[in-house]
Amino acid sequence: MKDISSHTHHISQQYNRELDEIRTNLAEMGGMVQRQVNEAIASLIDADMTKAEAVVRRDNQVNKMEVSIDEECVRILARRQPAASDLRLVIAVTKAITDLERIGDEARKIARQAISLNREGASPRGYVEVRHIGGQVSRMLSDALDAFARLDTETALQVVQTDKTVDMEYGTAMREMITFMIEDPRSISRVLNIMWSLRSLERIGDHARNIAQYVIYLVKGEDVRHESFETIEEQMRDES
Amino acid sequence: MFIESNEIDKTETGLQAVSSTGNNTMNDNGSAVSHPDSADIDSRTSSPRRGITNPLVDERVKLAVQDLNLFYGEGQALKNISLDIPEKKVTAFIGPSGCGKSTLLRCFNRMNDLVDNCRIEGEILMDGQNIYDNKIDVAELRRQVGMVFQKPNPFPKSIYENVAYGLRLQGVKSRRVLNEVVENALRAAALWEEVKDRLHDNAFGLSGGQQQRLVIARAIAIEPEVILLDEPASALDPISTLKIEELIYELKDQYTIVIVTHNMQQAARASDYTAFMYLGELVEYGNTDTLFTHPEKKQTEDYITGRYG
Repeated sequence: MKDISSHTHHISQQYNRELDEIRTNLAEMGGMVQRQVNEAIASLIDADMTKAEAVVRRDNQVNKMEVSIDEECVRILARRQPAASDLRLVIAVTKAITDLERIGDEARKIARQAISLNREGASPRGYVEVRHIGGQVSRMLSDALDAFARLDTETALQVVQTDKTVDMEYGTAMREMITFMIEDPRSISRVLNIMWSLRSLERIGDHARNIAQYVIYLVKGEDVRHESFETIEEQMRDES
Repeated sequence: MFIESNEIDKTETGLQAVSSTGNNTMNDNGSAVSHPDSADIDSRTSSPRRGITNPLVDERVKLAVQDLNLFYGEGQALKNISLDIPEKKVTAFIGPSGCGKSTLLRCFNRMNDLVDNCRIEGEILMDGQNIYDNKIDVAELRRQVGMVFQKPNPFPKSIYENVAYGLRLQGVKSRRVLNEVVENALRAAALWEEVKDRLHDNAFGLSGGQQQRLVIARAIAIEPEVILLDEPASALDPISTLKIEELIYELKDQYTIVIVTHNMQQAARASDYTAFMYLGELVEYGNTDTLFTHPEKKQTEDYITGRYG
């Protein structure tokens, strides 16, 4: 398999710059979203209202970035008619920013739960789960973005695999929360806040997995969405 | 005679997809039946990117190039080319200037015979018959394999006479037959509506795009089996270019089309299969969708994305 990261340059320098630019902007947007996720989790665990409100406010910037990168991609499609790996890059970027934007929305939801928990009084339980699953999905996101920047399918594949673990742990955490609500019905509303947050974290994991799958598409040209981890692994072995 | 070539058993050519009469692989609806490779086709649909090395598994082969080497004097212009051109599909040759794509195209109707110091080794089989065989009547071959060039080259005659020319050459005199053929050919070339009221005007009065379609009408009037197009749209404006591409799409129902083009987007738009050539060699040949989204070879990738080779 050829390594598309070591590509020689385009004859058109301008085209080169445009493609570099969408990659840089994607990384920048990724960094911004990553920070949103981390701060949202921290604001929930530390009951830090200033932080939570800042996360809610900043979501707007994430949305704006999505729109502007999307416009750049459309412009490249219209003006350059990219082919092969260039085409796959543009497509992968347009898809990845959609997932990043959704991750931003989930981070905002978590921050809102933090605000509402602060108003109603802290939940008696669930912080351990939030910290644990939150840490995992945050790492998934940074690995997925890293894999995108370095065109590293190995790391991307790991992210896909981690998502399965996260889904399982999410199920376990849900059952625990339900048990707790049965034991102490007075805490239901507050535990529900935690459950919504856990739900958001699980969704962030799914979006990070999607981004990792776009990396595989970008590098290998294989669309691996909706395929089991084993199938993806097998396909990648065949290819290399 | 060349026409009898259908009687020859094409299984000798070693091509799996070729049947001796053409009736074996296709039923009346044109869908494949009892195809030797039908199992392969099923496995390919689940993962369309597999099997790039043999992209034509489910096609009937019209022209088979086998180990073709071509020399102009000392210089070798084509190096060991082997590829199959599928019937009633559009196959595009792309590559930088001097890569041999036009030379290869000209081999299909032996236009290179006209070049003095040109020497050819290897075979090109059309329906299983080697077109470089001594028994081949070259004039008859060129009737079956028509060609259209970069610059429209209508004859200095009326529109009508341009299209009727081939038939007159064959001795057709009946006015009724000629009228019918001229109209059908002009309709097939999507030109009829534009010229029907001035059929007896000089062909040079037409626009470049119309002239090119007229030349295509002239080519199809004699009912060839294969149409070779050498940069057919490079001298035309974008709208005429799109008309030619639309025409190519219409024509492939009836004809096998091979097109040489410098315009990669045109190859991507108009063809079913694409061959990338470089310095006289066939670098990559495959399904057009695959070649333009996920080429196998780095050389192909560099060329179609516009990078330094």
